[in-house]
Amino acid sequence: MPEISREQLLHVASLARLELREGELERLGAQLNDILAAVSKVAELDLTDVPPTSHPLDVVNVWAEDEPHASLPVDEALANAPEREGSYFRVPAGSVGGEAADARPRVRPAGGPGAGGTSS
Amino acid sequence: MIDTLRLTAYEAARLLREKEISGAELWEAYRRAIDERDPELHCFLHVCDDPGGDGIPLAVKDVIGTKGIPTTAGSKMLEHYVPVYDATVIRRAQEGHGLRVLGKTNTDEFAMGSSTENSAYGPSRNPWDPTRVPGGSGGGSAAAVSAGLAPWALGSDTGGSIKQPSALCGNVGLRPTYGSVSRYGVVAFASSLDQVGPVAKNVRDCAFLYSVIAGRDPCDSTTVELPEQIRMPERVDLKGVRIGIPTEFTEHEAIEPGVRDAVHAAIERARELGAEVGECSLPLSLEYGLPCYYLIAPAEASSNLARYDGVRFGHRTASTGDRLEMYTRTRDEGFGDEPKRRILVPRARVHAGYYDAYYGQAQKVRTMLIREHAEAFERFDVLLSPTSPTVAFELGAKTADPIAMYLNDLLTIPSCMAGLPGLNVPCGLSEGLPVGLQLIGPQFSENRLFEVGYALEQAIGFDPVPERLR
Repeated sequence: MPEISREQLLHVASLARLELREGELERLGAQLNDILAAVSKVAELDLTDVPPTSHPLDVVNVWAEDEPHASLPVDEALANAPEREGSYFRVPAGSVGGEAADARPRVRPAGGPGAGGTSS
Repeated sequence: MIDTLRLTAYEAARLLREKEISGAELWEAYRRAIDERDPELHCFLHVCDDPGGDGIPLAVKDVIGTKGIPTTAGSKMLEHYVPVYDATVIRRAQEGHGLRVLGKTNTDEFAMGSSTENSAYGPSRNPWDPTRVPGGSGGGSAAAVSAGLAPWALGSDTGGSIKQPSALCGNVGLRPTYGSVSRYGVVAFASSLDQVGPVAKNVRDCAFLYSVIAGRDPCDSTTVELPEQIRMPERVDLKGVRIGIPTEFTEHEAIEPGVRDAVHAAIERARELGAEVGECSLPLSLEYGLPCYYLIAPAEASSNLARYDGVRFGHRTASTGDRLEMYTRTRDEGFGDEPKRRILVPRARVHAGYYDAYYGQAQKVRTMLIREHAEAFERFDVLLSPTSPTVAFELGAKTADPIAMYLNDLLTIPSCMAGLPGLNVPCGLSEGLPVGLQLIGPQFSENRLFEVGYALEQAIGFDPVPERLR
């Protein structure tokens, strides 16, 4: 498997909505390449006629009866929300042009706001 | 005086039933043990107040949701998360048997790890030697049971997170058949692999706790009814039981000599007890099991961790900005290195255009692992091997090298990939540290695993109390 470049790493991180800091980028990038090299071993096997397994249990299409039942009251469902407004989750406004268009790579200097992974 | 280091859940139930002790006294005994030993061992992330009643206390791995009790999954992402409902396994433990949640035990972040060193709240320590890890990810549960801080515990296992810490701490842990225990209310890691299971001081306690949590749950459509009831094991011989020894699993170069010797001694015991022991081979399992797992599990993890976006629950960044910035900062701050690695690995592969070459191929390897095990079970009732290639290692020994850390699960992963149940039973000491053997059976063969495990346990006579605490 070819090595993943810094630009590719930044790109996939942005697709995963992960902002990586300098330092973090180098460390994780090197480790990722080691991991990718180790797992690429599976390509050695010729398994052309073998069907894939997505999960090991022999059950297919488990349906539930379409019966109404009690669900969580709104206040409980919102109890862990970082921010709410009425019966809604509140979020910051999106960017102009939509989020997909704005999925640009982001990296910020080490030691910036939020560095160290502490939470508010 | 209640000696929590030796008290089994079975014995605790008898003492309660015959009113030799009260429920409050029993709770108090565990709380005292926690106060005394947990500052050193750090098994618990949260300790509960006595909810009252005569139920036996139960420690719960912190990936299992508990109503009104913080559930962090070992992550800063869920530091202030308090579930508004109970996981099905908790409801069953409470409603069926009045079990009381004693506290929430430490785990590698999102159950990703083999030592608890990936916990955002600091590692747990091994009760046999506090300079060493208790294994992981369920190291807090295993260490708590060994150190007498809980009579038994619930863990969760994706690639070895119950069996491996049980081996390193010297207790009995079951990874159940995939589909036998509900995951409703459990923080998801890799959904085609995750199973909740019991950790206990002995095989009977383990079997009983399994019987409490197992069975179909309408809230989890991947669960099924057990084909047979769980029985308490009684036989002390192994006459007529066919035990297969997968030679690759006992002779692999990664296996320490002391581990190999203890497992070989247990195999001799099995012969003396009347078992028909023979060799078999699982050639692909050791060669390709680990790479297969590290292609499939991170792909599922990456998808499961997408829900942590700072919107509905969990951490949200304090920094201001637009919504996209909120997502990316929240996830950068909330996740530690291991979840980040597991989010990025599959995406890096997909990005490089290698989806079929690697993920698709890994799913085919998985089919081969299932077939290889099924073939072995045509000749044998159970397979026996070491659980972990090594005894407990020093804290910090493997943290810088993710691949060295992943190798801890070399022997536990293949059967997990195949959806098979596995039981860890302690079988001796090496360098003064516990060695565990792993019994693997066909799907839903838990009764057979308990029978074989019980007979071996009686014959081996392993003392589960760490020497330094006796």
